[in-house]
Amino acid sequence: MKMMKFANLLVIALVMTVAASGCRKKPVGVTPLPNPYAKNVGNPGPGTTVPPGGRTPGERMPGETPIPSEISPTGHPSNEPGLHQGWNEDAEVLRADTVHFDFDSSVIKASEKPKVSAVADYLKANPGKAVRIEGNCDERGTEEYNRALGERRALAVREELISLGIGPTEVDTKSWGKDNPANDQGHDEAAWKQNRRDDFITLTKP
Amino acid sequence: MQFKHLFLALALVATSSFAQPQIQITKEVSVPGLTPPIYVSMSGFTGEAAQVLRFDLYVQGFAFTNAEAAQYLISGSDNGNLQGKVTDNITKSIIVPPKAYKDAALRRQAHAFADDFVVALGRKPIAQTKVAWKGENNHHSEIYLSDFDGHNAQPVTQDNSIVAAPCMVPGRLAIYYVSYKLDNADIFYHNLSTGERNAFARYGGSNISPAVSPDGSRVAMILSKDGWTDLYVCNSDGTGLKRLTKSPQDESSPCWSPDGRWICYASKDKERRALSKISPDGGEPQRIPTAGILSPTEPDWSPDGKLIAFTSQGGGFSICVVPATGGAATVLVAGEDPSWSPNSRTLMYGRRQGGRYTLSLLDVPTKQYKDVSHIPGISSQSQPSWAR
Repeated sequence: MKMMKFANLLVIALVMTVAASGCRKKPVGVTPLPNPYAKNVGNPGPGTTVPPGGRTPGERMPGETPIPSEISPTGHPSNEPGLHQGWNEDAEVLRADTVHFDFDSSVIKASEKPKVSAVADYLKANPGKAVRIEGNCDERGTEEYNRALGERRALAVREELISLGIGPTEVDTKSWGKDNPANDQGHDEAAWKQNRRDDFITLTKP
Repeated sequence: MQFKHLFLALALVATSSFAQPQIQITKEVSVPGLTPPIYVSMSGFTGEAAQVLRFDLYVQGFAFTNAEAAQYLISGSDNGNLQGKVTDNITKSIIVPPKAYKDAALRRQAHAFADDFVVALGRKPIAQTKVAWKGENNHHSEIYLSDFDGHNAQPVTQDNSIVAAPCMVPGRLAIYYVSYKLDNADIFYHNLSTGERNAFARYGGSNISPAVSPDGSRVAMILSKDGWTDLYVCNSDGTGLKRLTKSPQDESSPCWSPDGRWICYASKDKERRALSKISPDGGEPQRIPTAGILSPTEPDWSPDGKLIAFTSQGGGFSICVVPATGGAATVLVAGEDPSWSPNSRTLMYGRRQGGRYTLSLLDVPTKQYKDVSHIPGISSQSQPSWAR
């Protein structure tokens, strides 16, 4: 019992540290959505600028919902869309470090952690490069559940990279759900385990 | 001797003239999966008109029998235009007066006649409604809009990219969906009357599973912009983004209650998957128990507010329903991703066939189901969203 309480305290302390550091980097004000009546969809420019006077009266800001003490705040905010727009992509450099997951899980297995470390080492050795983690699922889930699960797989590895010292702005995430299988021929565990994965795409400024 | 025979003969005649036909009567109840169909007979229709009527009525819980046993008699003709009427076989009253349908293709006339019949029974018509869905070929997918039976399919997108999660705006020709056109999972809003569209949610990370409220004023979605996949809601003009969940628990596939007071979604707390609901104004989520049914996901709330349909992922995939207040859930058919029609009894869902999906229609009370016609040129059709 005592050990559990101490462990809980540690977790809360750790989480508060993470949360505090997250807060420092959070931009001031809410980041509203682009005007949905705009006709132009093709322009991939930054779509989340804060308009003048960006907050409506009575509107609740993200972060103001009280957090019950037993629930941890979540990870580092994702990067602005288009942050690495136009950067050169390479899917081969880190292909060997593709991380695999258990069924219905976004937990990084102990056996996979060395790969995440290898990706962190690569990024540290190549300052100025970024990486996009692409999360994938096997065909056995439903479509939207898998789209969310793929994103959680990418986010889990992103958090791990950040904990290894990589800056949050160097790591993007993307989920394919089950739409991007590595093996689309097999319908058995041999195929499925190949598909439950995070791929790493390196990004180099042109 | 002769008198005896005469008496017998007279008795026989008397008995046969008093004999009633065995009409199978079904009252309008809707116990999921256990309600017998309402029996109708059909005469005078041929070819495509007959086919359309059979399909339309089967997926609304009717079954076909001979005129003696039917509760309703559907009769007419289809030389050129369709003419039809419906008689109540018990009261003998005409419940759909004879009418000539015109000014449209024969299929549409048959759909209109089917609608007139169900409306006479006090139901909401569905035979002239539309559905949106995801159509896939060669690892690319587009959003399509078609008649509820799959006919007249039109592409909404032609981006040669990947799409997902179409969600029709209630009462309007407009839709939200996910597209990877801009190299990420972003939510688009697309006005189908004008053809204009824009990126509605294009935050960092993934923007997925849009669900528009019944009055069209708000959109719920799953965003990962703050570092984990969480449930958010905002106004339909993009303002007022509010984060509703903030936890290591997992959330996916939100849907709205028809009164707009609740957002129901699939949640996962440690290893336990369940349906939950939360007010769009924030607060504590509440679990919706689905007793006995594991791993519920992809909920859709019936327009009359009574049932939540969902996919159960225990073993294979099954379409299930549960009372909206939670309780005993009923497994109906193999399939996933249900979307209710306006009548709160028929739903469309995806049925897996190997690596691809077929769209199918299920009548929840009777468990009668039928695949939508295969659409030529599209190998897989999934993720339906019924225009309500």
